[in-house]
Amino acid sequence: MKIRLDSVEKSFDSFRAVRGVSLEVESGELVALLGPSGSGKTTILRMVAGLEYADGGSIHFGSVDATDIPVRDRGVGFVFQHYALFPHMTVDENIAFGMKVSKQKRSKAQIDARVADLLRLVKLDGLGSRFPAQISGGQRQRVALARALAVDPKVLLLDEPFGALDTNVRRDLRRWLREIHQELGITTLFVTHDQEEALDLADRVVILNDGQIVQEGTPEEVCRQPSSAFVMKFLGDTNKLKAMVTSGVAAIGNARIEAPGFPDGAVDVFLRPADLDWANEGEGISATVARVIDKPSGRRILAVTESGEAVELDVAPETVVTAQQRGVVTIERARLFASA
Amino acid sequence: MSATAKIKRPPRVGDNPLFRTILIAVVLVVTALFIVAPLAVIGFHAFSQGWQLYAATIAHPDTVHAIMLTVVTALIAVPINTAFGVAAAWAITKFDFPGRRLLLVVIEIPFSISPIVAGVAYLFVYGLQGLFGEMLADADIKILFALPGIVLASMFVTAPFVARELIPLMQAQGRDLEEAATSLGASGWRTFFSVTLPNIRWAMLYGVVLCNARVMGEFGAVSVVSGNIRGQTNTLPLHIELLYHDYQTAGSFAAASILALLAVVTLAAKVALERRGAGRRPALAAPVAVLTENAK
Amino acid sequence: MTRRRVLPGLPLALGITLVYVSIIVALPLGALVFKAASLGFADYWAIVSSPRAVASYRVTVLSALGATLFNLVFGLALAWVLVRYRFPGRRLIDALVDLPFALPTAVAGIALTTLFAHNGWFGSFLSNFGIKVAYTPLGIMVAMAFTSIPFIVRTVQPVLEDLDPALEEAAQSLGGSDASIFRRVILPLLTPAILAGVSLSFARCLGEFGAIIFIAGNQPHETEITSLLAFIRLEEYDYQAAAAIASVLLITAFVMLAVTNLLQARALRYTVKN
Repeated sequence: MKIRLDSVEKSFDSFRAVRGVSLEVESGELVALLGPSGSGKTTILRMVAGLEYADGGSIHFGSVDATDIPVRDRGVGFVFQHYALFPHMTVDENIAFGMKVSKQKRSKAQIDARVADLLRLVKLDGLGSRFPAQISGGQRQRVALARALAVDPKVLLLDEPFGALDTNVRRDLRRWLREIHQELGITTLFVTHDQEEALDLADRVVILNDGQIVQEGTPEEVCRQPSSAFVMKFLGDTNKLKAMVTSGVAAIGNARIEAPGFPDGAVDVFLRPADLDWANEGEGISATVARVIDKPSGRRILAVTESGEAVELDVAPETVVTAQQRGVVTIERARLFASA
Repeated sequence: MSATAKIKRPPRVGDNPLFRTILIAVVLVVTALFIVAPLAVIGFHAFSQGWQLYAATIAHPDTVHAIMLTVVTALIAVPINTAFGVAAAWAITKFDFPGRRLLLVVIEIPFSISPIVAGVAYLFVYGLQGLFGEMLADADIKILFALPGIVLASMFVTAPFVARELIPLMQAQGRDLEEAATSLGASGWRTFFSVTLPNIRWAMLYGVVLCNARVMGEFGAVSVVSGNIRGQTNTLPLHIELLYHDYQTAGSFAAASILALLAVVTLAAKVALERRGAGRRPALAAPVAVLTENAK
Repeated sequence: MTRRRVLPGLPLALGITLVYVSIIVALPLGALVFKAASLGFADYWAIVSSPRAVASYRVTVLSALGATLFNLVFGLALAWVLVRYRFPGRRLIDALVDLPFALPTAVAGIALTTLFAHNGWFGSFLSNFGIKVAYTPLGIMVAMAFTSIPFIVRTVQPVLEDLDPALEEAAQSLGGSDASIFRRVILPLLTPAILAGVSLSFARCLGEFGAIIFIAGNQPHETEITSLLAFIRLEEYDYQAAAAIASVLLITAFVMLAVTNLLQARALRYTVKN
């Protein structure tokens, strides 16, 4: 089922949470709404679910205008941030709930069979008679998903699905959710503030800030062509250095960066730590090492440039470098945005 | 259509306008008939014979004596009870010792038994036919049918009042603050007065207010142990009964109006204290559950 | 006890507590039990199973059941209205709910009796339909219900306030109607609180004395509650009978406490971790 949002607006009292968001999610697509807290991502998800009503604009499911359809008739599966499992019902009863209250009558045998299927799908066979308090966080998350899937939803909506879990459990569940999505092919929209999660899981990432979409595209597109300084910063560690442009070339220290189309004057250069390297001499920005932090994958150098700006760079593990050492930071890749 | 004309929030369970209106109306009507009317009828009958009679009843020596006796009882029973409540809460929440839960249950007992049982029980301790009866009679100490008996019975029925406000609160607050204060070298009393008390004062006052209302209004237990001697051991509630059964209805209601006023003041104090965060927890039906729940 | 005591004051605090509890609570109750036990089983049984005593149990228990049932329905409605709806006067109602606790029982007793007497505000109206309240078992029920109104409201209200809205939203997103969500999700989650409120309310009804004796009429076998019977035996200087009947009330209170704890533990068994 295709979802289409058209200029959707939502305010809480005087706070404009969502400002004219238009978005299309193709049938069978897995899309992430990514943004910092307060960016309006959860509000958008809740409006798609019918848990909030939009103040303006429209939401279509396929060709049906769903803007004013109440949540119970909207046919969405919603997985809540803290799962909202019914604490007084067993895992089985939680999963069966939607079928039991449905207008469409099912026999007990049908319900039991479907619950057993879903338990198998989410790999929880044998835990059906436990109460939510008696299973782990990751297991609860899977029960919540099974419960949402039990009513054959047209779309699946997940609010920070892995937010409450440990890092290791989180990664496993992510890959597993991806598999389930591939198996079922259900249109899925999920909210996260964790860029790694969004890039790892989604077909397409929608990045939000201050209630507006700032960029949308495949993980590759948003990573390689960030449309703004905000996206650049939000997707990962970045250094921001000041540079001067003269005739289409930006200069920082002795480093030169092509800046086609930029007018002469100040510009902000954004550099990922991995896009920088360290050399004892050569073309680059002269700097002094303040500290070296060792990590399993390499070394991170915290340095200060001649002009007093802090810069961080990731270098290969075998690089020989110590604090107080002077040298140059060389630039392999850079991204320029007009000075704010 | 303007944005404000739209329904802003999706309806929650029970938000159906008709259902909502009917339920609110029913609750308002029943509250008016069942809670407000008894209060109104007291005021109505107290002044039905005019101000003069009202003032005369209140000023009658027997009534004045009953008021004084009630106030004296409260002045003795409430502070002792408060000290007990604080001590019990301190012992139960700041320490682990065997029998802690049993103690909690015992403190709650007076709350669930009939005040008549309390009164009868006191007779069998201090009455002539009781455990210490002969001893007390020989020593010419009067406990029953006198002030000490009234105070003791009042303390029995209100024993849990302060403790039950403090225990859940102090349990939830834990021991960290007190342990920090002690580690910084504060003495036990110093720790209590400058660390514990500021955190529990409103809850304590809340317990005191409720305890006072109950002491001043206690009827069953006191009527057993007081002996109902007019002008001597009649507390205000007992005096109301006496006037009522003497068919002095207006006088009885006049006396009752004083206690009704006390009730209204108690409610106001309660609301004010609740604004400061006191009260408002599930009552302790299963006292043991409080310790286990908060222990997590 | 692996934990070492860091804080001072246990001997003093525990000492005060134990002395107070012993003198004020344990000693009298012990004396009562001792007195009742000294009776011998045959005499004890004769007193507590006498027709007048049994009639008083019936009146007390049936009235308490009726009053608690009323409070269950009204208390639940009150708690719901106070928590879920916003309307003018809500705070006032919220404060008034506690009036029955703050109002001395004797005052409540004469007020209710006056209201429901045949010439009272309510009594004269009800007599048009041939309903008599004052001096009948119905009056006992009214007095019991009044004095125990706050219990169910005050136990249910905080639980209802703290109910996670996401649970209701989840049930709605799964297609549940209002009625089925209330029955299958909200009500079961309120059940432990309701049980607590009901047992407190019922225990209070069984023990209530002050408010009832004014309105009850106090006819033996008809409108005489058990507390009053104990009181009457005392006034007749029949101390043994008073002890025996009071002990029945005491035992009932203990049984109620135990049952309450068991029921609550059962109702909350889903929260127990493995």
